[in-house]
Amino acid sequence: MNRFILPIVAFALLVVVLAIGIRHAPEKGTVPSVLVGRAAPAFALPNLTDPAQTVRSSDLKGRWYLFNVWGTWCFECRAEHETLLEVRRAGVVPLIGLDWKDDDAEARSWLQQLGNPYDAVAADHIGRTAIDWGVYGAPETFLVNPQGVVVYKLVGPLTHEVWAREILPRLSRPGAAGT
Amino acid sequence: MLPELGHFALILALLLAGLQAFFGIGGPMFGRERWSAAVTPAVAGQFVMVATAVGCLIASFVGNDFSVRYVAENSNSALPLFYRVTAMWGAHEGSLLLWILLLATWTVAVSIGAARLPRRFAVRVLGVLGIVSFGFLLFTLATSNPFLRLDPAAGDGADLNPILQDPGLAVHPPILYTGYVGFAVAFAFACAAMLEGRLDQEWARWTRPWTTTAWGFLTCGIALGSFWAYYELGWGGYWFWDPVENASFMPWLAGTALVHSLAVTDKRGLFKSWTLLLAIIAFSLSMLGTFLVRSGVLVSVHSFAADPTRGVFILAFLVVMIGGALTLYAWRAPRLKSTAGFELGARESFLLFNNVLLVIACATVFAGTLAPLVSDALKLGTLSVGAPYFNPTFMVSMLPLCALLSVGIHAGWKRGRLKDKERTLLLTLVAAAVLAGGLAFGIYSGGSVLTPVAATLGVWIILSSYVDPVDRWRRGLSVPRSVLGMTVAHTGLGLAVIALTTVQSFTIERDVALAPGASTAVGGYEFRFEGVAPVEGPNYDGVGATIVVTRAGAPVAVMTPQKRRYSVQHQVTSETAIRLSRGSNLLLALGDDLGAGRWSVRIQIRPLVSLIWLAALIMAIGGALAASDRRYRSLRLEQPAAVPGAAPEQAG
Repeated sequence: MNRFILPIVAFALLVVVLAIGIRHAPEKGTVPSVLVGRAAPAFALPNLTDPAQTVRSSDLKGRWYLFNVWGTWCFECRAEHETLLEVRRAGVVPLIGLDWKDDDAEARSWLQQLGNPYDAVAADHIGRTAIDWGVYGAPETFLVNPQGVVVYKLVGPLTHEVWAREILPRLSRPGAAGT
Repeated sequence: MLPELGHFALILALLLAGLQAFFGIGGPMFGRERWSAAVTPAVAGQFVMVATAVGCLIASFVGNDFSVRYVAENSNSALPLFYRVTAMWGAHEGSLLLWILLLATWTVAVSIGAARLPRRFAVRVLGVLGIVSFGFLLFTLATSNPFLRLDPAAGDGADLNPILQDPGLAVHPPILYTGYVGFAVAFAFACAAMLEGRLDQEWARWTRPWTTTAWGFLTCGIALGSFWAYYELGWGGYWFWDPVENASFMPWLAGTALVHSLAVTDKRGLFKSWTLLLAIIAFSLSMLGTFLVRSGVLVSVHSFAADPTRGVFILAFLVVMIGGALTLYAWRAPRLKSTAGFELGARESFLLFNNVLLVIACATVFAGTLAPLVSDALKLGTLSVGAPYFNPTFMVSMLPLCALLSVGIHAGWKRGRLKDKERTLLLTLVAAAVLAGGLAFGIYSGGSVLTPVAATLGVWIILSSYVDPVDRWRRGLSVPRSVLGMTVAHTGLGLAVIALTTVQSFTIERDVALAPGASTAVGGYEFRFEGVAPVEGPNYDGVGATIVVTRAGAPVAVMTPQKRRYSVQHQVTSETAIRLSRGSNLLLALGDDLGAGRWSVRIQIRPLVSLIWLAALIMAIGGALAASDRRYRSLRLEQPAAVPGAAPEQAG
C-alpha cells in the first residue's frame, strides 16, 4: 500500500466517527440515550418556589413522573410551555421541573406570568444535576417509571405529537396503570 | 413578494452553479472549447443571483416582514436598523447564505485574476469552485431555506439573540467567512492542478496570493471573535477552546502551514505532494468546522439549533468533496518527484519543522475537539475537554516552533549556511533575553518559569525578523513587499507571544461584593462603588453601576458596567466596562444583586491583553503586504524562478 492512500483512509475513519456522532446527536424525537433503561440519577435540590424545602428524587419513588429541564434563558422552553400547561391540566402524570443554571427571581416571575405547570421545581444553580442526567441543552424531558428507571428521553420542546405518540402509550401499558 | 423572488434567485443560482461545475470540469476534460467559454458567464450569473437573494432577505429584515419565518425568528420591530441588517446572518440559514455570497464573490475575483493563467487551468479552478458552490446552495435550499413563509404571519419577531446585538459580532461573521471561504480557492487550485496533471511548482505560485489573503481574513476574523468574547460574554476571558472557536482555529493552523509550504514549493519545487495535501486539509477543516457547528454533533449548551438532517447532508457533502479530492490525491501524488535536495540547516528544513509542528498543533486541537464525540461513539461516557488539556498540549508544539522560527529565518535556501549568521543569532538572542527579563521581572513580577522563556522567544522572533530587511536596506537593496510582509507578520506573531505570556502570567482577578460608597483595592487601583441606577434602551432595560477608579489618589476613570434584560427573549446580558490604563485592561462586570444595595462585581486587570488583538491585526497586515507583491502579478507562464539557491534570499 502506498503512503498516498493514508489520507483517504484516515478520512474514512473520521467519517465513521462523525456518522456515529450524528446518530447520537439530539434528534427530533427519541434519542438513544445511555440513560434510557437505567436508574434516574439521584438529586436533592432546593425547591424554587419555596427554597426552604428540598426536592428529592427519593420522594418520587413509586410513581411515574416527567422530569423537564428548562430555564428562563432558553427560548425553546417558552415554545413548549403551553404544552406543559396542558400536560398539567390533563393530570395524568406529575411534572417535575429542573430549573437549570437560572436566576431564581426571574424563574419565579416566569412561572407567575406564564403559569406554573410543575408539581415541584428543583433549582439547579450550578448545573451539577443536569450533568448527572446527561443534559445536552434545554429543554429536555425524561419519563421516569415507578421503579425510578428512565424509560424515555426527549431532546427539544415537548409537543402534542410527542405527548400522544411517545409518552401516553408508555404510561398506559399493562402494569403502568394505577401507579 | 420579495421572499419568493429571493427564493427563485437562489434556485437559479443553484442551476448556474451546476452549469459552472459541469462546464468547468467537462470543458477541459473533453476538449470542448465552447463548454469552457460558458464558465465565466455562469460565474457572473451565479453571483448576480446570489446577491439578489441576499438583497431580498435583507429587504425583508429591514421592512420587518414577519411573515418570513427566518425574519420572525431573528428580528423584532424594536431592533435598531443596523442590527436588522446584520440579523441577516444572525442564525443558521442566513449565515449559510452569507457563506455562499462570499464564495460567489471569491469566485468572481478568481475569474478576473485568473485571466493571466493558462486557460484550461483557470476553467478547471472555476469548475471546482462551482462544485463547492453547488453543494452549499443545494444544502441551503434543501434543509435551510431562509425564505420560508410563516402562516399566519407573526405579529412581531422573536428578536435577534441579544448577545449578537453588538457591532463587533455584527461584522465578525463576514470577515471570518471570507477567510474560511478563501481556502476554497487554494483547494480549487490544488484540485485543478491534480486534474490537469500539472504538478510542477507553478500552481503553487499562482495560489500563494489567494491563500495569503484568505489567511489574513481568517486571522482578523478569529481575533474579532476573541475580542467579542472578551467584552461581551462578561467573563473577561479571551479564548475558551470552545468547539466553535476551535472550528475556526484549526483551519488557521493548517492555513499557516500551507502558506509556508507553498513558499517552499514555489521557490524550490519541494514538498509538492505535501503542499497539495495541506491545501485539501485546510479547506476540509473549514468545511468540517461548518459541519461541527451546524450538525449538532457537538452541541453548545446555549443553542438548540441542532438538526440531524442537516448533519447527514453536510456529511454526505464532505464525503463527496474531501473524499473526491483525497482520491484524486492518492492517484496523482505518487507521480510527484522532488527535483531538488537540501541540507539540514537550510531554510527548507526549518520550514519542514514549521509544517510538522503546526500540523501537530492542529492535530492536538482536532483531537481535543473531537474527543467528546469519539468517547461518546465508543460509549466511554461523557467527556469534556477544556483549557487544562489544550493549554499545555498546545504549548508543547508552539514553543519549539517559535524558537525554530528565529533560527530558521536566518537560514538560506538549499544550503545550511548558518555558520555566517551565528553572531547575529547570538546577539539577537541575548538582546531578547535582556528585554524579556526586564519585562518579566522589572515591570511585572512573579509568573512561572515559562514566563521569561516565552517572553524571550517572543522578543527574539521580532528582533530576528528585522535582520534580513535591515541588512538589505544597509546594502542599498530594495525590500520587496513579500519580504516586508513576512517581517510584519512575524512581528505580529512575536507581539502575540509576548502578550499571551504576559496575560497568562500576570492577570489579576477578583470577585467582590460592594455596598454603595464602599471601595476595594485591587492591583494598585482603588475601585469605589457609587451604586446602581436603572438604564433603558430600545429593546432592553436594566441597571448600570457607577464605579470610580483611582490610582494613588489620582482619578483614572469612571466606569459603568451594566446588566441588561432584553424584553423579548427575557435574556440577561452583562455589558462589561473596559478601560485601558498603563497598558493593562481594567474590566468590570456587574454580577448579582445581593440585596440592600449590595452588588457583586468582577474586577479584572489584564496586562497587555489588547496587544493580542493588535498583534493579530499586524499579522493580517503582513499577509496583505505579502499577497500584494509584484511577483504574483507579472507571472504569466514565466519560468520557475531560475536557480533560487543562487539568488539572494527571498521571502519564504
